[in-house]
Amino acid sequence: MDFTFTPEQDTLREQAREFLSANPEPSWTQLAELGWTGVSVAEEEGGAGLTFVEEAVLFEELGRALYRGPYFSTIALTLPALADDLRAEVASGATSWTLALGPLVAGLDSADRIAIVGGDGIFELEGGEREILTTNDESRPLGVVRGGDPGRRLADASVVVEIETRSQAALALEACGVARRALEHAIEYASTREQFGKKIGVYQAVSHPLADAYTRLELSRSLALWAAWCVATGDPQTRLAAAAAKSSAAESAVAVCETSIQVLGGIGFTWEHELHRLYKRALGIASFGASGTRLRAEIAASLLNGSTSQLPGLSQVPVSATQGG
Amino acid sequence: MDLRDTPEEAAFRAELRAWLEENIPEGLRAHRGGAARFDGPEMRAWSRALHDAGYAGLTWPEEYGGGGAPYTHQAIFLEEMARAEAPPHIGVIGLGMAGPTIMAHGTEEQKARHLAPILSADEIWCQGFSEPGAGSDLAGVRTSARRENGHFVIDGQKVWSSFAHLADWCILLTRSDPDSARHAGLTYLIVDMHAPGVEVRPLTQITGEAEFNEIFFTGVRVPAENLLGEVGGGWQVAMTTLLHERGTLGFALQAALEVQVRKLIALARDRGADQLQRDEIAREWIEAQAVRFTNYRSLSALMKTGMPGPEGSISKLVWSEANQRVTKLALELLGPDAALADGNAPYGGYWQHQQLRSRGNTIEAGTSEVLRSIIAERVLGLPKSR
Repeated sequence: MDFTFTPEQDTLREQAREFLSANPEPSWTQLAELGWTGVSVAEEEGGAGLTFVEEAVLFEELGRALYRGPYFSTIALTLPALADDLRAEVASGATSWTLALGPLVAGLDSADRIAIVGGDGIFELEGGEREILTTNDESRPLGVVRGGDPGRRLADASVVVEIETRSQAALALEACGVARRALEHAIEYASTREQFGKKIGVYQAVSHPLADAYTRLELSRSLALWAAWCVATGDPQTRLAAAAAKSSAAESAVAVCETSIQVLGGIGFTWEHELHRLYKRALGIASFGASGTRLRAEIAASLLNGSTSQLPGLSQVPVSATQGG
Repeated sequence: MDLRDTPEEAAFRAELRAWLEENIPEGLRAHRGGAARFDGPEMRAWSRALHDAGYAGLTWPEEYGGGGAPYTHQAIFLEEMARAEAPPHIGVIGLGMAGPTIMAHGTEEQKARHLAPILSADEIWCQGFSEPGAGSDLAGVRTSARRENGHFVIDGQKVWSSFAHLADWCILLTRSDPDSARHAGLTYLIVDMHAPGVEVRPLTQITGEAEFNEIFFTGVRVPAENLLGEVGGGWQVAMTTLLHERGTLGFALQAALEVQVRKLIALARDRGADQLQRDEIAREWIEAQAVRFTNYRSLSALMKTGMPGPEGSISKLVWSEANQRVTKLALELLGPDAALADGNAPYGGYWQHQQLRSRGNTIEAGTSEVLRSIIAERVLGLPKSR
């Protein structure tokens, strides 16, 4: 058992953080030049032949930086539906994609191509009119597509399950990046701001909610990394892991942002400070795709209706509610 | 990153699982808890069996009779013990606290004298840290150790001491310099619980059982060679003990939580659960997985760098509050039957007992308030409150 990142993965994270800090709105071509668009694309197709674990590192950092381009819509939502030649185009930076899974489509303002689910397949949309909507979270534009016709067939509709789990894991990872940044703001503020003659981080009414925020974040991050590993390896627990991760991390990110806004007081409530943008991304992640309530209903169904042998963890535990003293 | 057992870990797990299946005495399996289970001779026999099979002190160095195994084996051991609902080795305090402290600070004579009997369960240990006037604020310890003719003479009172009624030895934190204040002037001693002047009185707790005790020391003479560390250096030694208390606890707690959640699921299948309760059950299952993988992260960091990851500090805090919620949710699933107890209650009163016992979880081994302050100051680096 090894639940650490490799030195190469750590380096990737450092480079990503540095790059995104210097280039807050990178182009798709820039991401392709860095090799980010082809992380899990095979080497024969011009990619790096790596896994979702490396993509997980990038999703966390992109979330932290509130990146607004089509990385999520291409890599999380569409890549599993693309054949080798189209994956090669993604790796080279020639095309970006989005997939219309629900009525509200992510990345519609920037994605080159649109995929749709229809009948038993996933198709490229030909024609169609895009309308970009005003969103609470300006860092993740949403839109609707009207009209158009299914063009070439990309994949079987059965890929949708993989796309759902992959995107849930990606959203959970983004949420962890968002929450980390928000918590850093709050720690910095509580360590410098003075009231009543003391740094406010001294007061337990301030420090204990921050300890809780850290705790929620780390718990969710463990789930998000578990889900990432499951996606990368095709583990049989992937669905449960991704549902647990998205449900937990979205909620934690919202809570961590709320605690941070409170700790920063009036400053945290201003338009000028970054916190409200982090908060809106957290809210956006929570509302995108399946809600926490729906994901937990799915988990409850598998726990309470399914066979106990499918449950992760201590899978062979004899489940006896009945035992005496 | 690979969350699966290595082939070597898988082999260890398989062997251990088979051994447990074969060797846990039926009467000791899946006990609902409480102190009484430790009192009988069968617990000593079980502990010795664990020792004879090589499962006591897995990570202890081989020169002290341990297994010299990596921490991952200890984690697997605790997971499998919980999975099998096996009772623990009776030497909980000796294995988890006294032993590691003696290894870190003890003389060669102390190591040779004390470590082996801890593993074999021939000698039981208890901890004498908390006092009526020094709980979370441990530096307020007042039990005195006066030097007299090559001895320390102990007078004072300790409290909340588990196993004291069975113990042969006590790790005792005393004030050796009566004029000292706070962290200075503390001295850490190894005390024979059978010495004249030691009196143990059980404390009956919220469940009606007596898991822990008060210990009264009246003119108890402790030979100078039982000093652990330096005179006046007791605080540093005590910190080693607490580090081990919280450090080794994580995996045992996580595995216990997973078993508890699985019992909750079994209860819900048995008695039914409405939509809101199903949501709560899913939440608790998610929380248990989160604790598990957080421990894995911390353990992996420990294996790679020699230092546990900072995320490990949240295990006990999260477990204690989760166990309180899970047991209360179980009572809700029981409906009006939750009012019954013991033999009249469903499942022998397991959940009623567990729920009451869980209130101690946020108090024992570091209150949640102390743990939050530790996270705030040592992990987040916020300014110190004291």
